[in-house]
Amino acid sequence: MNWIAIWVTVKLAGLTALILLGIGLPIAYWLSFSRWRWKFIIESVIALPLVLPPTVLGFYILIAIGPHSPFGRLYTDLVGHPLPFTFEGLLLGSVLYSLPFAVQPFVAAFDQVDRRVIEASWTLGVSKFQTFFKLVVPLSTAGLVTGVVLSFAHTMGEFGVVLMIGGNLEGSTRTVSIDIYDEVQALNYTGAAETALFLFVVSYAVLLLVYAVNRNVWAAWPQN
Amino acid sequence: MAAELALDIVKTYSGRVPIRARIRYPVDAATVLILFGPSGAGKSTILRSVAGLEWPEEGRIRFVSRTWLDTKSDIRVSPQDRHIGYMSQDYALFPRYTVAGNVAYGLGHLSAQERKARVSEVLDLFQLRGLEHAKPRQLSGGQQQRVALARAVAPRPLLLLLDEPLSALDAPARIYLRDELRRLLKQLALPSIIVTHDWAEALTLGDLMAVVSGGEVLQTGTPMDVFSRPRNAEVAHAVGIETVVKGQVVWAAAGMFRIDVNGVMVNAIEGEAYGPDVYVCIRAEDIAIERGPIAASSARNQLAGTVTAVAVLGALARVTLHCGFPLVATVTRSSVDDLQLVPGQAVTAVIKAGAVHLVSRQDH
Repeated sequence: MNWIAIWVTVKLAGLTALILLGIGLPIAYWLSFSRWRWKFIIESVIALPLVLPPTVLGFYILIAIGPHSPFGRLYTDLVGHPLPFTFEGLLLGSVLYSLPFAVQPFVAAFDQVDRRVIEASWTLGVSKFQTFFKLVVPLSTAGLVTGVVLSFAHTMGEFGVVLMIGGNLEGSTRTVSIDIYDEVQALNYTGAAETALFLFVVSYAVLLLVYAVNRNVWAAWPQN
Repeated sequence: MAAELALDIVKTYSGRVPIRARIRYPVDAATVLILFGPSGAGKSTILRSVAGLEWPEEGRIRFVSRTWLDTKSDIRVSPQDRHIGYMSQDYALFPRYTVAGNVAYGLGHLSAQERKARVSEVLDLFQLRGLEHAKPRQLSGGQQQRVALARAVAPRPLLLLLDEPLSALDAPARIYLRDELRRLLKQLALPSIIVTHDWAEALTLGDLMAVVSGGEVLQTGTPMDVFSRPRNAEVAHAVGIETVVKGQVVWAAAGMFRIDVNGVMVNAIEGEAYGPDVYVCIRAEDIAIERGPIAASSARNQLAGTVTAVAVLGALARVTLHCGFPLVATVTRSSVDDLQLVPGQAVTAVIKAGAVHLVSRQDH
């Protein structure tokens, strides 16, 4: 089994999930609470990675961060090397690619929180920001766990986007799914089978966790 | 500046009745204003606008010396900065917090010691001792209501806003807690606005009542005045009860009550025990009119009187009688002709004891 590829994949998925928790919460809060009439435009943009072929998404990201784009030039000037075919570039792609997997469960969880409870908090003098952390987050834990875990798992298995913008560099951008592809191309089915089984088991474990959290199977877990 | 609450707001929704409400009334330490009207009339929206939870497109809301909303001057005070206590219909308790945690929630500005003392004081006031550590889902409806009220009152708000405070309770608890709520409101000496569609609640709790229908305030006055002297047919229809008079229970046994109303004895059947002072409430359609004295009837009330006014409204007529106290009856237009009901005509008003409703009364 290619432990280097596994480490790169786990690091990528973990960081992606963490970043998505950070940027997904405010986006989801806005999507859930805003009464803006044109909100659906933003909602569809965020859902786009669900339906777009990963190669298409990867292609646009590659162009956007490439040396000919303003962003790509700025990045190269600041950091000293271009973004494509690096771990950081891959991380950016993964965050965009997994965005709906984090944001949609977050929004669904926030939508479930009784607005009257939130309003009660506001009338008691507690700011919107504090209300979010004192009431909304604790009442949304299952949805937040689901979003983080799904974006982690989705990143673990991504292939098209990685291939387009990460390339296949050992130790920095070769992930598990690409490793399996390489092994099969090299007719090394034993190596491919091991890594595939690993990915299979991890994915199943993650889904078990998500469904268990949403069913509240552990009585010790706080109930809504 | 005179201590008053002045509200003049416009809020339009797509597909719903637009709100164009105007209310202005003097506020003293314990004035309770009732927003009364059928559901969907816009009462809750008016209340939520006062709380800062709805934003009218246009208008002003002033409370004593504070301006909470003035769209012309672009003043929009957030609910956090209005220092109000607000209780929604379903109480909206914080499910993860204990009873004590709910009550302490709005006291973040106090030191730990002051907060503890205030929570303890409020728990005593609302008889919640022993339930401090319970979670909301473990409480009965009546207990939840007390916790919600305690939570709203704990930070010493300037104004208390209650949206249908009793409607989530079952009937026996509702009647008991109605009197309980009035006692508490007077004890707290806190100006309040209460939304309700229940006329008994309006009579028990209110010092003033504003009738809201179709998004507009139709009439403002004391509840008894508004009930017994609606300004027009629209108000009469919105309030739904036409006769409200003061009386004293002189005899009671096994659910039967005899009430002295201005020297006239009225019989009533009620499930609850009532103190001597009551409002006697009778719907106009529950009164039958007979010509002259009648021989025998199962109805316990046969009140002799004279017709003072007749107003025909389509197929129905609204007949005002004087039977020692004013009484309003609705009869069909053909009855008016058959019985020759004209002012001065002597008649008997026949009312079943079950149609006479009692509401306990403490004079304001």
